[in-house]
Amino acid sequence: MYEFIAFYIFAIATTILFVITVMSKNVLYSMTSLAAGMVLISGFFFLLGADFLGVVQLIVYVGAVMALYAFAMMFFDATKNVKEKHQNPALVFLLGGLMALVFVIMFSAPVIGDNIQALYPIEDGVGNAQAVGMVLFTKYLVPFEVAAVMLLVAMIAGIILAGKKMDYSLTKSEAIDEEMNVELKKGEE
Amino acid sequence: MENLVYVALFAPFVGSLFAGLFFARSPKTHLVGVVNSTLIGLAFIASVILALHVAEQGSVHVTMMTWIDIGDLNIPFGFKVDEVSVTMMLVVTLVSTIVHIYSTGYMDHDRAYNRFFAYLSAFVFSMMILVMSDNFAGLFIGWEGVGVCSWLLIGFWYHKADRPFEENPSISPSWAANEAFIMNRVADLGMLVGIFLIYWNIGSLQYDVVFESLKNLDSGTLVAIAIALFIGAMGKSAQFPLHTWLTDAMEGPTPVSALIHAATMVTAGVFLVIRANPLYSLDAVHGVSMFIASLGAFVAFYAASMALSARDIKRIVALSTLSQLGYMFAAAGLGAYWIALFHLAAHAFFKALLFLGAGNVMHAMDDELDIFKMGGMKKVMFGSYVYMFIASFALAGLPFMAGFYSKDAIIESAFNDGSYIIWFILVVTAGMTAFYSFRQVFFIFHGEERYKALGFHPHDMYKYVLVAMSPLAILAITFGWFMDDYHEFITRLLPDYEMSHHTHHLAPYLGGLVIVLAVTGIIIAYKKYAGRGEKAWKRDEEFEQSFLYKLVSNQYYVPHFYDQYIVQPYKIASAKFWELDKAVVDGFVDFIGKGAYKTGDISRGMQNGNLSSYLNWMGVGAMILVLIAVISSVIG
Amino acid sequence: MIGVNHYLILSGLLFSIGFMGVLRRKNLLMLFFATEVMLNAVNIAFAAIGSYYGDLSGQMFAFFIIAVAASEVAVGLGLLILLYKKYGSLDLEVISSMKG
Repeated sequence: MYEFIAFYIFAIATTILFVITVMSKNVLYSMTSLAAGMVLISGFFFLLGADFLGVVQLIVYVGAVMALYAFAMMFFDATKNVKEKHQNPALVFLLGGLMALVFVIMFSAPVIGDNIQALYPIEDGVGNAQAVGMVLFTKYLVPFEVAAVMLLVAMIAGIILAGKKMDYSLTKSEAIDEEMNVELKKGEE
Repeated sequence: MENLVYVALFAPFVGSLFAGLFFARSPKTHLVGVVNSTLIGLAFIASVILALHVAEQGSVHVTMMTWIDIGDLNIPFGFKVDEVSVTMMLVVTLVSTIVHIYSTGYMDHDRAYNRFFAYLSAFVFSMMILVMSDNFAGLFIGWEGVGVCSWLLIGFWYHKADRPFEENPSISPSWAANEAFIMNRVADLGMLVGIFLIYWNIGSLQYDVVFESLKNLDSGTLVAIAIALFIGAMGKSAQFPLHTWLTDAMEGPTPVSALIHAATMVTAGVFLVIRANPLYSLDAVHGVSMFIASLGAFVAFYAASMALSARDIKRIVALSTLSQLGYMFAAAGLGAYWIALFHLAAHAFFKALLFLGAGNVMHAMDDELDIFKMGGMKKVMFGSYVYMFIASFALAGLPFMAGFYSKDAIIESAFNDGSYIIWFILVVTAGMTAFYSFRQVFFIFHGEERYKALGFHPHDMYKYVLVAMSPLAILAITFGWFMDDYHEFITRLLPDYEMSHHTHHLAPYLGGLVIVLAVTGIIIAYKKYAGRGEKAWKRDEEFEQSFLYKLVSNQYYVPHFYDQYIVQPYKIASAKFWELDKAVVDGFVDFIGKGAYKTGDISRGMQNGNLSSYLNWMGVGAMILVLIAVISSVIG
Repeated sequence: MIGVNHYLILSGLLFSIGFMGVLRRKNLLMLFFATEVMLNAVNIAFAAIGSYYGDLSGQMFAFFIIAVAASEVAVGLGLLILLYKKYGSLDLEVISSMKG
């Protein structure tokens, strides 16, 4: 029963929060509601018995990602409201609404899957974190390592893109490169 | 002996490749002429040895390799040298050799000298395949091969511009080449149908097997095969109504006309009928054979009548070829196959000689063809005069010349057969032949020297060319003397034609009648055209306006008829179909192209450089995909 | 009892919200937020299905999606900063340079 109540509270709350995220004109509001929505989503994970995933959600998303957004936001002018020109809002709502409708209809249908054999079944009497660890470091070891490398690459990329030579454009043409070289030489002298 | 067969067959091919592969783009070199002439000469020598071998020990049969072996169809590249094919081989290689040597002189000033020899040797190769093949498929390859070479050689001077029909009935070399080729395609369809019928009913194309199993077929099938094959023969041998291409084929260089359109290729139709004599001599196809004989007699007369008024030197000779082909078909249709083959050989010799002589005259007169502009040329070109005189004598069938024996035999067999109408036509034609061939000779070599007024400076051909022509002249005179030997040789394979006793005693009278007619023709021609001074020939404008003269000189309006009722409607239909083609086929293709273009034009608006609108489009696409997934899961 | 359908419908709704955001947002930062919403919506669906079948694969996929999302944010934000430096704005209308 409490699962029922929790689900609906979380569901309504996340929906509202995400709608705010999508519709708000203020970056700060938007981001805050997104962070809050993500916290609530971790609640669903706990409800589903995916404790480890919930924790990861909290740490990675709410902790790291949102912190990144918060820092990034500081680069941009976040106090002003975002001005956006909406060319055809009707189409947006039509498409979004249609998609929502389709999903609702699609998922309302009973899920038929009794004959599906669990590939990596959740074992009873073992904690979720332990079970996840078992699977992650045996069956999903290679993807796990690849994901680790990917994160490393992403980190380096982020540093390079945002950090190095922040005064110069990396995307402008040779003229700027030359200019840069001249200034570098000056600096050396 | 097998090796000799291959030598005879492939020496011309080697020559053709030699000229075509190595010298096609290089400047004119006499090396090509000499090498090719030598190779053809080699083929001739091989043919002579083979002929002796055949005479002594019978035919040679070789199978080079399997060509087609699919299911029940088994066609080898087999070659058979027997009495008939060795006769053809001798004729072809001898005339070819002489024409090759002649061409080294005649084509001396032509830039495309090497190309000419490549084509000419390729023709000889095709002709050898045609005559030597031991099956109908090989015959057909040679048949088409000579057709292609004929096309290439008629259109040899393809760069010459078209001229209106009234000025030049054969318009231009390329036009004439196309006419010959297309008309032959029409006939070849008949030939192909015949070959299919044979395969369909007998299951083999080998001559031996086919002729062996003819007796098992019902008469309807036999008649169909005979007719279909004869249609092919009609096209190649230019019988009415497919005859117009032969006179137009004179647009080609004269050696080509001599070799292909007089001595060898055009006789292929006769050869086919002779080859298929077991078929044509069956009682079931007697009607077809009679038709062949009648058509032959008709063409003999028809062509001779046109030759009476022709002014173009080559056209006269071409028409006489047509007329003589008619004789051959008449003989073959009457069952006198060996006589037809004998006449074929004799005709090849004297006609080639006549043509080469005419070529000399043309060469001397800077390619002038109108005999009205010539005259009295025997002083300047005595050698050619003698040759043409001999050839015309042989053609007219005067005693002791080649043409006398063969033509006389044909006329006699017509009488013997009881076909008096055919006999009568052939006799009259013999007289006409004598008249028009001597009309030509007298026009050119006797009478007033009309060319002087026109500023020509004729000179005779190179000496070696004249010497090279001498074998033809000798054969034109003497070939008939070997008639009895040849009779004995050839009737080992071909059925003998027995003159029945009740007419045999009339033979001298019949021969005499022919001779009298021929001599009369010659005398008339002499009186009319050979005079000088006061007696000189003058144009008779009034006569030229008469109906008969116009009818004959316009080739009985057959080309007009073809032009009016076949070519023009075809043109109109083609134009209409072209419209249809543009509307439907092109329209459809254009529709696809334009559709893609229009779609691009419309969807180009999507590429407006705005990421947001790209995202929107992506959203639409995702939406569609989701919908498809839902719908397909519902349906499936 | 809460069935898997409930979670899936919720996931679908949240996805549609994110989808709508992607369609209407012109500011790149806001666009990123919308994509995060979509990613989270999908994660819910994975976790729910995994739980329904008693299979850990669903959680694994959600896990990797989180990893990918984290990388994406890192690189994406780096690019955003560059763009901002270049154009002084994050509006798609302003930075559109791919005129077709």
